[in-house]
Amino acid sequence: MTDHVLNVKNLSVDIPLADGVLHAVDGIDIHVDRGETLCIVGESGCGKSLTSLAIMDLLPKKAIRTLAALDLGGESILDYSERQMSDIRGNRMGMIFQEPMTSLNPAFTIGNQMVETLHRHRNISGRAAHDLAKHMLEKVGITAAAQRLNQYPHQLSGGLRQRVMIAMTLLCEPELIIADEPTTALDVTIQAQILLLLQELQTEFDMGLILITHDLGVVARIATRVAVMYAGQIVEQGTVEQIFDNPMHPYTRGLMQCIPVPGKTRPGEPLGSIPGMVPSLIGRFTGCRFADRCSLVTDACGSDDIALRDATDATQAYRCILDPHEMAKVA
Amino acid sequence: MLYYSLKRFALALLVALTVSLISFSLLYISSDPAIAMAGETATDADIEAIRQLYGFDRPILVQYFDWLQRALAGDLGQSYYFRTNVSALIAERLPTTMTLGVTAILFAITLAVPLGVAAAIRPNSLIDRIALFLSVMGQALPSFWFALMLIVLLSVNLRLLPTSGSDTWLHLVMPTVVLGYYAAPAIMRLTRTGMLEVLSTDYIRTARAKGLRPPVVLFKHALRNAIIPVVSLAAVQFGFMLGGSIVVETIFALHGAGFLAWESITRNDLPTVQGLILVFSLFYIVLTFFADLINAWLDPRIRIN
Amino acid sequence: MASSSKSEPVKIAAPLWGRSLRHQGVVIGALIVATVVLIALCAPLIAPHDPYYQDLLARLKPPVWDDRGSWDHILGTDHLGRDYLSRLIYGARISLLIGIGAALISGLIGTIMGVMAGYFGGRVDMVVTFLITVRLSMPVVLVALAVVAIVGGSLQVVIMVLGLLLWDRFAVVMRSSTLQIRSMDYVAAAQAVGCSTTRVLMTEIMPNVVNNLIVIATLEMAHAIILEAALSFLGLGVQPPLPSWGLMVSEGKDMMLFEPWLITIPGVALFLLVLSINLLGDGVRDITAPENRN
Repeated sequence: MTDHVLNVKNLSVDIPLADGVLHAVDGIDIHVDRGETLCIVGESGCGKSLTSLAIMDLLPKKAIRTLAALDLGGESILDYSERQMSDIRGNRMGMIFQEPMTSLNPAFTIGNQMVETLHRHRNISGRAAHDLAKHMLEKVGITAAAQRLNQYPHQLSGGLRQRVMIAMTLLCEPELIIADEPTTALDVTIQAQILLLLQELQTEFDMGLILITHDLGVVARIATRVAVMYAGQIVEQGTVEQIFDNPMHPYTRGLMQCIPVPGKTRPGEPLGSIPGMVPSLIGRFTGCRFADRCSLVTDACGSDDIALRDATDATQAYRCILDPHEMAKVA
Repeated sequence: MLYYSLKRFALALLVALTVSLISFSLLYISSDPAIAMAGETATDADIEAIRQLYGFDRPILVQYFDWLQRALAGDLGQSYYFRTNVSALIAERLPTTMTLGVTAILFAITLAVPLGVAAAIRPNSLIDRIALFLSVMGQALPSFWFALMLIVLLSVNLRLLPTSGSDTWLHLVMPTVVLGYYAAPAIMRLTRTGMLEVLSTDYIRTARAKGLRPPVVLFKHALRNAIIPVVSLAAVQFGFMLGGSIVVETIFALHGAGFLAWESITRNDLPTVQGLILVFSLFYIVLTFFADLINAWLDPRIRIN
Repeated sequence: MASSSKSEPVKIAAPLWGRSLRHQGVVIGALIVATVVLIALCAPLIAPHDPYYQDLLARLKPPVWDDRGSWDHILGTDHLGRDYLSRLIYGARISLLIGIGAALISGLIGTIMGVMAGYFGGRVDMVVTFLITVRLSMPVVLVALAVVAIVGGSLQVVIMVLGLLLWDRFAVVMRSSTLQIRSMDYVAAAQAVGCSTTRVLMTEIMPNVVNNLIVIATLEMAHAIILEAALSFLGLGVQPPLPSWGLMVSEGKDMMLFEPWLITIPGVALFLLVLSINLLGDGVRDITAPENRN
């Protein structure tokens, strides 16, 4: 059995604030293999972006990261110094951000910003680097690549800029790409194109892809496996079929009811919604974090920390005190 | 870009004309130039003769246009005191002031920009507090007093530098410091604020995510964007230095345009004073015009419409 | 739960006091300024001697900490035998008068221009902006020197000249503050209800630009004090025998090698006064509108 491309064990991110410590991410375990797309789903503020920044070690200075294990391609990068991490970033591990309009430096040409990655990690510059960059732009579907290299970011549309970001991240053929809401800021039609592009490139480069999103439509389209995050914890994970066909955790079920399903949802039928708000994560929190919004809540839900448990199929896991039998009964 | 430049140029021209009109009328309204020119021992008849000879009895606007016409041809009149061509006089003195100004602004930038960058990288750290402390101190220090203290300390007590004159580059050290320190606080604060802003942008996050080394992120990516407003500020401060040069040159006995200003003012040498006000203003206008252009050129979003 | 501090014109008093007291710069600045003001006001009571009285037998006496000094003249005497401490105390009056006077005049001019430009926009704005550019292009020191030389130096002339020259920052800041406030909802509401222009200006706009006004006023006050000192130092400001600190430095500079206190003492006084006013202004800005830094 080959190693996972990425293996994360017990990742926590704490942020000290004026009125206490914010436990933004609590005990996350995830892994991704080559050719696999893991989608991390959750609403705003659930900690999914911080998770990705923590993996890249790009957290803001105040944030504190704790991990039991962090392996990239089988080797531990947990205790890597900043220098070692900067050798990996953009090289074996790449990241694509949400806002293509502001993610590129307005003062330099596209070509300049692409070539500097090649220069940094592969020691290629000049004509050779220029050609590689042009080739990569064409690969992500940008026409007139040679002209684009000499253009500045403000001369490109949002969709084009995101393609450039993707091309830039692929230049060193990374083992893993983390994409944080790469299509959220784009038009719906462009979204579909970008997702398709990511899928094709993943197959071609045989990479691991972590895609962070709040949009279940994106998950359905592109995910191999899914991790559902809520209030800093993973509340359910499994394959995309398992999550959509047989959601176990009440939060996941609530999410599924919120989206219209073509064919099933009838016109005029009310969509589901999950009442309540995400709890404050400042200070110690015992028990289930979803308790005050859950329709199945009992007194036992607030006493101890709840661990992930297996569903009937052991590849699926969810975080609830009810076992699969009891879950099925109240479904 | 061309259209932008032309618009700015037209504006600069208009400002220059207005300034010249104001300075012209200011000096004529507040005194009788015939009296100033005639001197203290003149009789009323002498004064009247001068008045008619030089056309001081004509309406102010007419005198202004006359003067403007000649000024545009490069003739700024005759100095009462020095008895030479004002244009030649100023042209002779200007290089000294320019040299002083350039070294002073370079000194200020060399001091302020690195300090501002260092303060921005570690906000609220020791270096940040020191930078802010120095900037507050610098802005409260009167330049003439600073100059005298430096002279006492460095020239007299420590015998490190010459007191006055302008023979060697050593003579420029103290004047440069005195002229330049006042511009440093503003430049430092702007650099610091600009860097703080830029360092929190998305594209800096991207640069880090690409694994670029910290100096590259800082100097290539961040500073390049943060420096744009600083260029304008530096140009403006350079423009102010002409005014500051009056005090500095007078104390250190440097024969530049600033010293000339003091000499001609204390001797009621009207044409020279007028000429100097015009030259100083033009200089500032031209400087800010070019600073605007450089500013626009540095930002590709403006350069490539 | 949307709360935007921008739509709240009224600052709540209590937290403001709390923040003020915790801000070191404001406290130090305010204390020093208050002390200087007090000294200036009580000058006739505190000054040990008449600042104009010349005692030619007691010329150039050093301050009390020197071997040859005495408690009779705590800060020594100048080249005409005048008590330095007394001159320093009365000099505070001059600096403060200049600062306050120039700040008031330039503040009035600049605020009117800036608020008009910001509120009415269009051609008024164009004209005001043009005038500001013209003013900025003029070399202040040179023009001030020239005018004073022609009209004659005196306290009143200096205040007038500085007041008529230093209004630019007021105009710029008041204009941008007004522009910002004008687009706020509560101004539109007042206009919709039918309030006259003057009323809107007075009741809605002014109270909210006052914070910035105070900050700029302190900065320009300090600016005016330094400029007057420079003008007097060059002989074209306040005239002798007035005890302007700048003039005192000028009078003492020929003897500064052997009698250094003649220039150090008034210089330090200037430095402290300007520093504390700047600290006060910076502090007020930090407390009321930290986003306006720079």
